[in-house]
Order: sequence, then structure tokens, then C-alpha cells
Amino acid sequence: MGNPQFSDFVSIRDFSKQQISLVLKRAKQMLPYASGERKIRPLDGKILGTLFYEPSTRTRLSFESAMLRLGGTVMGFSSPMGTSIEKGENLSDTIRVTESYADILVIRHPLEGAARLAADVSSKPVINAGDGAGQHPTQTILDLFTMLESKERLEGLNVVILGDLKFGRTVHSLSEALATFGANLTFVAPPSLEMPREVIAEIESKGIKPKYATALEDAVREADILYVTRIQKERFADATEYAKVAGSYRIDSRLLSQGKSTLSVMHPLPRINEISPEVDSTPHSLYFKQAANGIPVRMAILSMLMGAEF
Amino acid sequence: MLKILGVTGENIKSTISVAMRVRSKKEEWKDIVKIEDRELDTREVNRIALIAPRATINIIRDYNVAEKTKVQLPRVVKGIVKCANPNCVTNSNEPVETSFDVVNERPLTLKCHFCERIQSRVEKYIV
Repeated sequence: MGNPQFSDFVSIRDFSKQQISLVLKRAKQMLPYASGERKIRPLDGKILGTLFYEPSTRTRLSFESAMLRLGGTVMGFSSPMGTSIEKGENLSDTIRVTESYADILVIRHPLEGAARLAADVSSKPVINAGDGAGQHPTQTILDLFTMLESKERLEGLNVVILGDLKFGRTVHSLSEALATFGANLTFVAPPSLEMPREVIAEIESKGIKPKYATALEDAVREADILYVTRIQKERFADATEYAKVAGSYRIDSRLLSQGKSTLSVMHPLPRINEISPEVDSTPHSLYFKQAANGIPVRMAILSMLMGAEF
Repeated sequence: MLKILGVTGENIKSTISVAMRVRSKKEEWKDIVKIEDRELDTREVNRIALIAPRATINIIRDYNVAEKTKVQLPRVVKGIVKCANPNCVTNSNEPVETSFDVVNERPLTLKCHFCERIQSRVEKYIV
């Protein structure tokens, strides 16, 4: 085992463009191993501890699959039920205990900053799998990887980001990372769910001036990627208001016909009704490929944190 | 300032003098707080630096200025400011001291080490 390339994976803001590019390159190397076409066991005998304080399907299962594909094993919990947390144990103590049972930890927690706290407490590498409305850096890397694999570039790519831009944790770090790589950004959001001022300031500090659109038809015309996020019902006090907003952003074949033939639609999933099922079988659909890319990307991150050499 | 120094009216055991809008050569005018029989610790000085980054602290012994120091804003502010984000892990029951990077001195802007929330209007959150 060589030296780890990073100590933790908590926030996309911790990484330079060069470091992100290295992860993307490693993810590309992982593709044949992620699909099971070739076998590899650099993490044989190593244990991944999965501490999921919140529900997760894709993130948790893809981390487990990634660790198993690297020859390691997995232990952990997918809900605090039945653990010492229910008895009132704090996060710091849970980390101190579980780090002695595992070689690397992945954590999802409802509080922002929980993964940073875990990383500060733990001497073992910690990966943030989502902390409240904060960061979800491995999702960002897999989104970048999916765009790069599909379009073969990030610089100059026209990316439209649609939906709940205020509370959606994936869109903040993705927008910042895309700005780092020189992509052009257009935001489309209901008035109450616009991109926070500090995220826009961060994007502008990288020399990218995002555009804002209200009509989706106009926004998709020049887009290479349409990144759709779920409008979260719980953010609306009034059910009628939610229905109005959610219904106004439905992606279907009619809308996509307004854009380029190469326009790709991405979504971190789960989707509710933002994307019509008729899009699934069209060449525009990239979201299932995006979910599948969770494996090579998380294999890359696990292997780099553990110092596995390739 | 008096609140930060813990001078609330109930616990005063020595003479406190406050002078406001005193003419100043360097700053046009200044306010002065004089507290007898008291020397400030680092934590108190850091608190003062947050709301009065150009303040000067004079220690007077035997009627003479024994020490004269300008407060200096630390690069990392630990344990004296509460995070404005109610969903930040530092606002839960975790045994953790708050920590902020100073991203801008004027206007004072802090970034939470944990949740990364950018915070201005710092005086509201001094503990």
C-alpha cells in the first residue's frame, strides 16, 4: 500500500482543479473493474465503516459495491435505529468507537459540518456522503465524471441547472466545481428556491458569470447538459404552491425537442415526476448512467484515500 | 463592548469609567472604557478584536502606562462566536468548540470550519 493521496474527502472546496482531475482520471481507470469485467483486490483485508444517519439507496449501496469490487469488506448501519445513537451517544463518541473497527469511514448525517467534525475526531480517513444541506462531494465528482465521459470536456460546456437551487446540496458543490473547470452555467429556479448568494459569489470568484432564466424552453436551446433536481415538497408551506412549481418544470420529449440533438439530461435521483418516463428511452437520458458511475468514482476515491496504487 | 467585558451592572466591584466621542489624533474620535483592577485574557482580547479591530489596550500600573497593545484579529476565531446556521453540528449537543476562518476583515466575515457557512454581522453571535 502506498501513501494516501488525500487524508479525507469532506468538501469539494478542499480540492484543487488538479486534484479533482486526478480523481476523474482514476475513476476512468476503474471502469472495467467497476463493471466486474476485470478483477482487482488492492483493499483485501480492509474494512469500510458505513455510518448512515439518514436514508440513502444509491450512495450507500454504491459505496458498498465499490469497496467489495476493490476486495475489501463493509460493516455499518443504514439508520441510527438499534444503535447507541438511539441511547443518546454523540457523533464524536460514535466516531471514536467505530474508527477502531474499520480502516475508513463513510458518513451521512442530517447536520451540516458533521463530516468535518468526524474527520477532525478520526485518525482514519472520513468520506462525506452528505451532511444536511451542506456538501456531497462524491456526488459532485460522479456528476463531473458523467459529463466528461459523455461530452469529453468540461471547459466551455453549457450546463443548465434546474430545480431547488436553494436547499439542494448537490447543486451547490456541482456549480462551484463546474465553474472551476470553466463550464458556462445557467440557473433556472422558482423565485423562493434560487441559488444562495454565497454560492454565486464563489462561482463569480472563479471568473464565471452565471446566467439566470425563467423560461426553460429558452434555457435548453443552447444547453449541452440539463441537470434536473427534485423540487422538495417539504420546502413549501402551501401544497397548491408546490404543485404549481413542481408541475412547471416537467422534462418531456416536447421540451427536449427545443434543444440540441446531443442535449443530455442528468438527475441525482430519486426523481418524483420532474422527468417524464418517456425520456428514459431517448438518447437524452443520462441519469441511469450517472447513477452507475457512482461505482468507479467511489472506487477511485476509496483507493486514493487508502493509498492503493495502480 | 461592556457586555463583552462582562460589565453588566450586577457584578461591578471596581470603578468603571466610560468616555464617548473623545477627540483622537489618529481616528478623529474614539470611545474609552477604563476598568480598574482588571487585566484581560487572550479570549477577551480576541472578543474585542471582533467588534473593535482598531482598539488599543492600555494596562496602567501605578499611574503609568505599563503596556500598550493594539488588538489583532486572529486568523482563526475559536470558541467565541456561535455559528449562525441553526443546522450546523456546532449548534447540536456535540462537545465541539466553534471555529471560524476570517475570510474578510472589513467588513468582518467569517467562515465556519464545520458547515462552511459564511457569516457577517458577527457581533450578534459573540458568546
